[in-house]
Amino acid sequence: MNAKTADKVATAVIIFFAGVILLIMAGLLGFILVRGIGHISFDFLTSPPETIKEGGGIGPQLFNSLFLLVLTMIITIPLGLGAGIYMSEYAKPGKITDFIRLIVEVLSSFPSIVVGLFGLLVFVNVFGFGFSLFSGALALTVFNLPLMVRITEQGMASVPQAQKEASLALGLSKWKTIKSIMLPIAMPIILTGTILAAGRVFGEAAALLFTAGMSSPRLDFSDWNPLSPMSPLNPFRPAETLAVHIWKINSEGLAPDAPEIAAGASAVLIITVLLFNLLARWIGRMLHKKFTATK
Amino acid sequence: MARSRENRKIKQHIMEEWTGKVFTSLCIVLLVVTIFSLVYFVATKGFSSFIKDGISIGEIFGGTQWKPEGEPPFYGALPFIIGSFSTSIMAAIIAAPLSICAALFMVEIMPKIGRKYLQPAIELLAGIPSVVYGFVGLSVIVPFYRDIFPGQGLGIAAGATVLSIMILPTMTSIATDALAALPPGLKEGSYALGATRWQTLARIVIPTTLPSLMTGVVLGMARAFGEALAVQMVIGNAPHIPRSLFESASTLTSAITLSMGNTVMGSPQNNVLWTLALILMLMTFVFVFIVRCLERRANR
Amino acid sequence: MKKSLILVMTLVLSFALAACGQGNKTNNAGGGTNAGTTNSATGDTGAAGGGETSTSELSGSILAVGSSALQPLVDQASKKFMEKNPKVSIQVQGGGSGTGLTQVSGGQADIGNSDVFAEEKLDAAAAKELVDHQVAVVGMAAVVNPEVTVDSLTKDQLVQIFTGKVTNWKDVGGPDQKIQIVNRPSSSGTRATFEKYALGTKTEDLPGAIQEDSSGTVHKLVSETPGAIGYLALSYLDDKVKTLKYDGVEATEENVANGTYPVWAYEHMYTKGEPNEVAKAFLDYMVSDEVQNADVVELGYIPASKMQVKRDLDGNITK
Repeated sequence: MNAKTADKVATAVIIFFAGVILLIMAGLLGFILVRGIGHISFDFLTSPPETIKEGGGIGPQLFNSLFLLVLTMIITIPLGLGAGIYMSEYAKPGKITDFIRLIVEVLSSFPSIVVGLFGLLVFVNVFGFGFSLFSGALALTVFNLPLMVRITEQGMASVPQAQKEASLALGLSKWKTIKSIMLPIAMPIILTGTILAAGRVFGEAAALLFTAGMSSPRLDFSDWNPLSPMSPLNPFRPAETLAVHIWKINSEGLAPDAPEIAAGASAVLIITVLLFNLLARWIGRMLHKKFTATK
Repeated sequence: MARSRENRKIKQHIMEEWTGKVFTSLCIVLLVVTIFSLVYFVATKGFSSFIKDGISIGEIFGGTQWKPEGEPPFYGALPFIIGSFSTSIMAAIIAAPLSICAALFMVEIMPKIGRKYLQPAIELLAGIPSVVYGFVGLSVIVPFYRDIFPGQGLGIAAGATVLSIMILPTMTSIATDALAALPPGLKEGSYALGATRWQTLARIVIPTTLPSLMTGVVLGMARAFGEALAVQMVIGNAPHIPRSLFESASTLTSAITLSMGNTVMGSPQNNVLWTLALILMLMTFVFVFIVRCLERRANR
Repeated sequence: MKKSLILVMTLVLSFALAACGQGNKTNNAGGGTNAGTTNSATGDTGAAGGGETSTSELSGSILAVGSSALQPLVDQASKKFMEKNPKVSIQVQGGGSGTGLTQVSGGQADIGNSDVFAEEKLDAAAAKELVDHQVAVVGMAAVVNPEVTVDSLTKDQLVQIFTGKVTNWKDVGGPDQKIQIVNRPSSSGTRATFEKYALGTKTEDLPGAIQEDSSGTVHKLVSETPGAIGYLALSYLDDKVKTLKYDGVEATEENVANGTYPVWAYEHMYTKGEPNEVAKAFLDYMVSDEVQNADVVELGYIPASKMQVKRDLDGNITK
């Protein structure tokens, strides 16, 4: 076999494998969407689940997923931004910085189940938050934080050195430079990264099984006082998210239409993640355009 | 007058500087405290099976019998350890060629089509929740294996297949980055000497990027090692070392999810489950360590 | 490569040793914090309970945690209870019998739901503090894949199948097909019940047997896998799986109630000491006719009030 044929064969093989991935992808999406999309309706998205009767929905679960996402992000974003800025701007190169970087790396590769167990032990039992949205949000923060730190660092690194130095030379403090000059420039990268991380929160189940719990108490959607136990906004109530609901329905569902509900909920979950991806791309492109145009 | 304004400005300047420093340092301290408490709590719980319940380390790491309810109880976790390693290694073996080919396709062969279709597709794969993977695995892959191979379909093979799809995105994105970061001079030199694309890829591109490619493989394996729900749904969960790839087996994660809720906190069986979590955590350290070594090589 | 491998090994070893030495000291401290915090947790969830005096409307919140088999029933009953007592909030959590017993015994939860007697999971001292409320009975039946032609198995045959002595259906009067066991994990309450009352002996996990903790997955696997045998609560039975007779007795609610079909267990709701006012009212509601004759039956459990036989912890049956 001469070099030319080898080249052609190799190219064909590579294209073949790339095609296989696309096929797997298409098959997977097709399978989930085809089975699930017929079940999605306004009623399905808003009504509460039924234990044994047909026609249960995923309203509370969908709300819980979104609310948990918001809670997690409220905790994660300032912490992650702060830690990321420290790492990229304040940390002096040396053993301690290296060590912290190692820690972030380790934290980001912890299995979610270990984080969930830690949450069960510390947030649920020791701190006494019980199975609640708040415990769930804390556990999710633990493994979203390193991601956020890395994203911030990347964003800060993308700021041109000249711009930073110009600002410092004008006599602005370092913190002001970071806040008003560097952060806006780093925004597109940070924002896209954050939205992608949010998508991950949306689909997480293993860590939430042990922290946010598997049940959804009755919610009174007319009561918006965050302190009342039946209010949807109360962060200390147990909450089942969409991903956990799929897990539960698959394993213990008694309703006759459980498989359809699981399929429908999976489709909803995937569509949401898809939306997150598109949103991230769109915002990234928008901001990029804005910044490059004004320059 | 002018001096006092100057002073105020300097004071404000210092204040600003101080706020920034304190805020960001607090964040980083919190991060460090979190990880230390995580390691501390999981380690204390994990070691209590050795210390409080007097189970020997040798029994857990070397024992093949898992009979926590037996008389006397046996806590051999070797089947789980073997299960975890074989599923994650097999998943990496399936996913590695696929992901490297995908990366080559995107960077070297058809960058336009690759970036437009393949990359979003792979990013989407990363976003699909693990529960959905498990569900699809149980509905599609398990019946498929049951029909064409002897056995019940559940087992290491099914687990590895599901995991390999789940870790594709991790591996592909790292491989893509590595290939794209290669200085173009190297490749151009090879082409200038008359080498074909495949020769260039096989002799220049892949060997130079190998450590980075391996990093992707190891990170993918680490993710496969720690994945819980999807694996538990398709692996069968028998606490034995399986005789074939299509026989019901267990992993560390599936053993934990299966029994954690059924056992009482503080009982020996529960403590052993925490020991399994500790093993998972230690393996994370090992994976990170390997990645570090590889990165050092890649940078050299 | 070899060098880095050795490095890895030493790293792991040194970490393990370092943590080992520390673990000795920290263990006690860990226990201490656990014990300390349970009190504060009680304040969080339980204290709201007995706030009001008896004449006024009930108000407060209680937390019931535990068995996923019992969860649907408690969940549904609690919704009805809350409609009647709008100021009461009841949270129902799954998590498994072990979690339920841990939390009620530790004080984080007001009610611990369990499939098994507390004595079987907790140590004697902890179990003694708990008060048992038996709210329903759940019957269990052996099920097989619909293609298996066997209709009834004796206790002996079941024991032989689940201990691996019989591995082919033809040995118990079926087709020439391999038996595929779909079991539960050894920590499962359902398995404990099945072993205790159907097999009368503990069994070991056989190589190649599938283990699933959830009834839904067991149901799916038994219905799809050729030659499969498993066991399910009566509420999960349908025509996708074939229900076996046990010693010739059909697994029906009447047969469980009159004591001819022995494979059943109580569903327990434990409280630590006597329940507080709200929890007591709720537990009374659980055993009232309103729940027992409606929700209990609807969800496939057997009302505790209908049982003509009683059974204690050791399995002694009294009429």
